[in-house]
Amino acid sequence: MTDTGSRWRAVTGHRLFWPVAVLVVMLAANTIYRPGFLSVEVNDGHLYGTPIDILRLSAPLILVALGMTVVISTGGIDLSVGSVCAISGALACSYISQQPDQNSLAVVFTALALGFGIALVLGAWNGVLVAVIGIQPIIATLILMVAGRGLAQLITEGQIITINSEPYRAIGLGHVLTLPLAVFIALAAALLVAAFTRRTALGMIIESVGGNSVASRLAGIRSGRVVFLAYVLSAACAAVAGFMITANVSSADGNAAGLWIELDAILAVVIGGTALAGGRFYLSGTILGALIIQTLTTSVYAMNISPQTSLLFKAVVVIAVCLIQAPAFRARLTRRRRGTPTNPTSPPSQARQKEEVPA
Amino acid sequence: MRKMRTSLRPWRAAATALATVLLVGSVAACGNSDTGGDAGSGSDKLVLGFSQVGAESGWRTANTTSIKEAAAEAGIELKFDDAQQKQENQIKAIRNYIQQKVDVIAFSPVVESGWDTVLKEAKDAGIPVILTDRAVDSADKSLYKTFLGSDFVKEGRLSGEWLVENKKSATGPVNIVELQGTTGSAPANDRKKGFAEAIAANPNLKIVASQSGDFTRAGGKQVMEQFLRANPKIDVLFAHNDDMGLGALEAITAAGKTPGKDITIITIDAVKDGMQALADGKFNFIAECSPLLGPQLMDLAKKVHAGEEVPPRIETEETTFTPEQAKEALPNRKY
Repeated sequence: MTDTGSRWRAVTGHRLFWPVAVLVVMLAANTIYRPGFLSVEVNDGHLYGTPIDILRLSAPLILVALGMTVVISTGGIDLSVGSVCAISGALACSYISQQPDQNSLAVVFTALALGFGIALVLGAWNGVLVAVIGIQPIIATLILMVAGRGLAQLITEGQIITINSEPYRAIGLGHVLTLPLAVFIALAAALLVAAFTRRTALGMIIESVGGNSVASRLAGIRSGRVVFLAYVLSAACAAVAGFMITANVSSADGNAAGLWIELDAILAVVIGGTALAGGRFYLSGTILGALIIQTLTTSVYAMNISPQTSLLFKAVVVIAVCLIQAPAFRARLTRRRRGTPTNPTSPPSQARQKEEVPA
Repeated sequence: MRKMRTSLRPWRAAATALATVLLVGSVAACGNSDTGGDAGSGSDKLVLGFSQVGAESGWRTANTTSIKEAAAEAGIELKFDDAQQKQENQIKAIRNYIQQKVDVIAFSPVVESGWDTVLKEAKDAGIPVILTDRAVDSADKSLYKTFLGSDFVKEGRLSGEWLVENKKSATGPVNIVELQGTTGSAPANDRKKGFAEAIAANPNLKIVASQSGDFTRAGGKQVMEQFLRANPKIDVLFAHNDDMGLGALEAITAAGKTPGKDITIITIDAVKDGMQALADGKFNFIAECSPLLGPQLMDLAKKVHAGEEVPPRIETEETTFTPEQAKEALPNRKY
């Protein structure tokens, strides 16, 4: 084996290689279709262009997916994030809409505190159902997914609440250093989660709970508390995403805000390489996954693929991404190409199995 | 762990039971509204039983309010039931009305099919039925007297006709982008069809891009952003509802263009926020899709009760708005 060959293998073997490759291919395809796709210009002192749109629009998804990554790595799942987005956004907007001075900073901060507060309560509710009472996560969070939409409708009284508040709008549309503020918020959240999970033992504890909660409990980890906190974190991330989504259009729509974002978030987590069964998690992979999903959505509009075929188009791309991400599938593909049958239980296919952290 | 699990089990059972009770209780509480009264006892007031789809949008809320107010005004006793988007609730409500021997039954069907049996029961009991807003697909048209509702194709056509008139002096091509409603929904299909038929009158008018914005503001905005990037020259935006148009406004402003001037904007619905944008000159034209069919419904109820013949299809009284008309209409806008 040559030196370059092994280096190439090291690069392609990196877990982020394939998501990055997919993203690059998608951007390249768009650029071929419309050469101006990647161009960014300065408009009104801000950077302006499709890549910036993708970054800004993926910010809420990145936030939700970060929380989802942590929940999934504990072996759970949180289906209620979309509803939490809607509730937090609706509460914040309805509070602002009732105030005489919607532009006052105090009003906006109170609204944010209210929205964030209710998200913490909802996250705690999920956490109690899963960690204390022991209901299966998919069922426990399904309750809030369904009921939460109703709650959001109740807050907005079935109407779309339009607000006129510049400070609130800034969360979705403001700019800092020529880039959208939403991007910085998502980045800050990512760094915060990364710092807590990777610079302290917390990340390893989460992974061990997800890998084997009984073993980790016997090893002295309070797995219940870790699981509980994961759901609270997920709801908190969803709340901030809800602020961004509602601020983006200066209105709260209890029906549509954050609709199906839980599925996109789970997809982002899977594309990022975190196993749904729990255990190891990859925050950087999740962020890439979210960017891939938003790029895909934007591509559909940019290439003007007809709405009737766009869902099929998305499905095909997503399946391709997931397959190419799976080492077992790649191994089978290369085996077939080489025509040399190898041991069916080769190490790559085993690596996808539920990973247990040697703690 | 095992020991802990066991000790938790009663808790879990109790919580599950509690959750079930709460869920069932809330559904039951919502489902049973004022259908219990003794209809037609003594008073010679006309009694109308109405079953509403639910309360999923501001449009629907306005629809309900209109019906309730019109009934009070017309001196009709209204039995109102909210079906919570469930067909079985609606069938139950209609059977209730039949038992209570109301004079007329009206309802907005949740879905199109599966109504034959209950409609036949009403017919056998001699109670006339009026459909509002949405149709049923029963082959036997004698099961209901009439269908009162909007004509989505017409709304699209009116929008297109206004555009043809507005752009008749245009010499070069006029580039139109279209924000469609939820893919496959009746309003989206019909509005697209009506609009396309109308603009065919002028070959200069060309739809250069058409995408679904799912009837939401966020959807409209996101799609419009990409339309603006991909098409340097957009002259007209046609949005299948106000909300998508309102979302698109933000994208247009962010792109440094003036909505209503650089890009002519046409939408459908005429909800309050849309009318405000029209009055502010940000939209140029709205074709109304009115939920306020209460007064028409009460008229019809009286007619069918008196045994008069009514046409099998009646369109809701709807109009179109220009900015000037919007300014006038805005103070009295109910939804």
